[in-house]
Amino acid sequence: MAKHHVSFTINGDPTEILCETHATLLDVLRDELELTGTKEGCSTGDCGACSVTVDGRLVCSCLMLGVEANGKAIGTVEGLAKGDKLHVLQEKFLEHHALQCGICTPGFLVASKALLEKNPDPTETEVRYWLAGNLCRCTGYDKIVRAVMDAATVMRGA
Amino acid sequence: MHATVDQLQKARIDGGVHEPRAHDSSIRHVTGEAVYTGDIKLPADAVAVFIATSPHAHAAIRSIDLEAVRRQPGIIAVLGAGDIPGINDCSPFAGDDPIFAEAKVEYAGQSLFAVAAATLAEARAAATLAVIDFAPQPAIVTIAQAMATQSYLSPPRTLIHGDPEAAIATAAHRLTGRIEIGGQEHFYLEGQVAIAMPGEGDEMLIHSSTQHPTEVQHKVADALGVPFHAVTVEVRRMGGAFGGKETHGNLPATVAALVARQTGRAAIVRYDRDDDMHITGKRHDFRIDYTAGFDDTGRILGVTFDHASRCGMSFDLSAAISDRALCHADNAYFIPAMRVTSYLCKTNTASNTAFRGFGGPQGMIGIERVIEEIARHLRVDPVTVRRANFYPHKDSGGHRATPYRMLVEDCIIQDLFDELEASSDYAPRRAEIIAFNAKSAVLKRGIAMTPVKFGISFNNIMLNQAGALVHVYADGSIGLNHGGTEMGQGLFIKVAQVVAEAFQVDLDRVKITATTTGKVPNTSATAASSGSDLNGMAALDAANKIKARLAAYLANAHNVAAAAITFEPNRILVGGREIAFDDAIAEAHRARVSLSATGFYATPKLHWDEGTRTGRPFYYFCFGAAVSEVAIDTLTGENRILRVDIVHDCGRSLNPAIDLGQIEGGFVQGAGWLTMEELVWDDRGRLKTHAPATYKIPCASDRPVDLRIKIHDRGRNIEDTIYRSKAVGEPPLMLAISAHAALSDAVASVAGGRVAPDLDAPATPERILMAVERVKANAP
Ligand code: FES
Ligand code: FES
Repeated sequence: MAKHHVSFTINGDPTEILCETHATLLDVLRDELELTGTKEGCSTGDCGACSVTVDGRLVCSCLMLGVEANGKAIGTVEGLAKGDKLHVLQEKFLEHHALQCGICTPGFLVASKALLEKNPDPTETEVRYWLAGNLCRCTGYDKIVRAVMDAATVMRGA
Repeated sequence: MHATVDQLQKARIDGGVHEPRAHDSSIRHVTGEAVYTGDIKLPADAVAVFIATSPHAHAAIRSIDLEAVRRQPGIIAVLGAGDIPGINDCSPFAGDDPIFAEAKVEYAGQSLFAVAAATLAEARAAATLAVIDFAPQPAIVTIAQAMATQSYLSPPRTLIHGDPEAAIATAAHRLTGRIEIGGQEHFYLEGQVAIAMPGEGDEMLIHSSTQHPTEVQHKVADALGVPFHAVTVEVRRMGGAFGGKETHGNLPATVAALVARQTGRAAIVRYDRDDDMHITGKRHDFRIDYTAGFDDTGRILGVTFDHASRCGMSFDLSAAISDRALCHADNAYFIPAMRVTSYLCKTNTASNTAFRGFGGPQGMIGIERVIEEIARHLRVDPVTVRRANFYPHKDSGGHRATPYRMLVEDCIIQDLFDELEASSDYAPRRAEIIAFNAKSAVLKRGIAMTPVKFGISFNNIMLNQAGALVHVYADGSIGLNHGGTEMGQGLFIKVAQVVAEAFQVDLDRVKITATTTGKVPNTSATAASSGSDLNGMAALDAANKIKARLAAYLANAHNVAAAAITFEPNRILVGGREIAFDDAIAEAHRARVSLSATGFYATPKLHWDEGTRTGRPFYYFCFGAAVSEVAIDTLTGENRILRVDIVHDCGRSLNPAIDLGQIEGGFVQGAGWLTMEELVWDDRGRLKTHAPATYKIPCASDRPVDLRIKIHDRGRNIEDTIYRSKAVGEPPLMLAISAHAALSDAVASVAGGRVAPDLDAPATPERILMAVERVKANAP
């Protein structure tokens, strides 16, 4: 099968891979780059578990081909913390107990970060509707929404 | 571990029981480092396995020709029923779930054969080349079809107490009706997945996303034809389970093991979402017919229920599930005469299975519908009727027995109702809603307050046992292992808190390790909400054994009475002298004291007579109450849950942060089941809702606008459970019955409450609209 040379940055690090034509960005992240923080919940763009940012835009990595990443800046959950220092969103998810099984958590964090970069002062309704593309079967969402609202407050102050 | 001066002076350890503590892996969850089964790094030659499934709901198999699949380049192995060295079965007990179909298929989605290749895509593509000659047969898909043809898994099961028919016949008032309740897809965000790694000789290591490692071990061993000791099953965590991984993890694990055995390579079976929804069973749909007799005050004198449940093509856990429905047909109400008959419908659909509540929710909905109808009949508030029928309060002295003859000694539902009725402003809001509805032509609002009484323990007595293994290492750090599995419910942190509390050491000294059949054998599924009750007690037993050995040694070595040894925060008091915990451990180790112990627990007081369906199947009951307020649009059926107030009883909560999460998540999951999640099969038995695009679970924007959850602050288990806590996994799901009842209330308001809304579940916009139209058409 044909392989394509693809180069991009992942959480700021320049990366080059040989990528099969049909491989999704999600496959590339999980199987090639061993960045398994990004999860697959549906592979049809409906659950948000695979959320990443592409040049700052929130994308379902299951719906994007690996080859389309060429020349782009990809952000994943692994890029949130800087060394041992957690991102405010990560801290707030911990503080508000905004997770149970945790498998949706990377997607929610990446999606929330993309929201706050676009809209640093969202209303609760805006948070709810922005996160409506991320499914969580455990929590009931309340604590997730609170964590994001709280993180937004802290980040505005910072 | 070296204790700091601070640690040695503390009055209270850090992270003991009753403290709110984050989930044990939460830091790894937010960084993405938590390893789920599908994230485990596989050897380079590992194979991916695709399970090919039946397109027919019911057919005879005349022949299967897999030659073309085998010949496809890149295909490493193809396995069918003939390639199983042991037993072709992955059922929990009845022997009726073949790993690979042989002469017939009984549902669309049933496993036929497996294909292994370097990638799943190659395996999936090759599988389409199979030549299978099916002779399709008529499929029984619905409960109605099964009841009409008496297609049952077993003879009807009945629970009877008193003479309900006579009580109903002589009652001042009578009513009858029917409610249909849909099923529910688990939609654990992590689908079913298992990895098999062949070891030396007949050894096989399985990593499985399962709630029941022991059963996976047994099924894999039986399929391979090896003793149980050859198979080790390990599970660190699941990405959600909700009952869906109690038995349905057996198929992927057995198939992975068969492929690993045949190829000698590691093998992974991971269902994608569509495959998962086609292959695995769901919550049972129920059809409940009821007849009730009651007096002028709304007191129920007798009730009969006929439960018909869609079980699918095999038993799975349906018998136990229907029994739990029987045992919850009374909910929180004393009913002097009752009969419940359960029809276990055999259908050509996936074998329905455990799902949070395990039949209890369906049983409860029946009696809650009866209560609503009594209230409508007598033109009083349903809360009045509910209160009139509650089991007597625990302090009342006049305890009453359930229809299965268990005395309800711990009833506190009155306390919860009192608290919630006041804190939610139920009465003023009810009045306000009546006024609103009188003025509002299109939008109508409704409100309902409902109770939950849920029995804790497995109905099958034998399952109420657990084991644990605790090591204190020479540096004073502690290793903890038990038979329970972590699926997000916070079991690991709770049991770790128990161990920290027992030894009086800070929580960070306790290391929780993956559940494995190699450390704790013969375990029960982590299910029936019993995880922390059982495993907490087993871990405490192990800790107490080590503490007793330590105390005996220290008393002897330091020449003090055993009674003079006490465990204080991070230190041990030996007579008048304080010894740091680490130093005491090091000293005991040097003196050759065993610092490792197994612990065991079997729930006391339980007994159950299968023949008469009487006994004490539950150690205790959990209670909860919820008020939901909703609005509906009578022109479109569109609806919203506006506000929810909950007071829930966790006994003395082991970890209030975890318990609040369980209550919130349980409510939202229950509300999804009863208001929006709809499974649709076509008339040939093919599931049409097999992906999130067609099957809608609640998302962040669906959640109630105003959600107020409280843990009952005077909670304390009257039974001697782990630190007087109560189980919390399943009961909160049933708080969502209030949302469905509130929607019924809103629909009924269209005709001033004079016509029964007969709202089935899920109360989708379509069903609400149809109910509104029906009520309007029948309005007097
Ligand atoms: S896996 Fe990409 S949206 Fe679900
Ligand atoms: S925490 Fe389990 S799916 Fe969100």
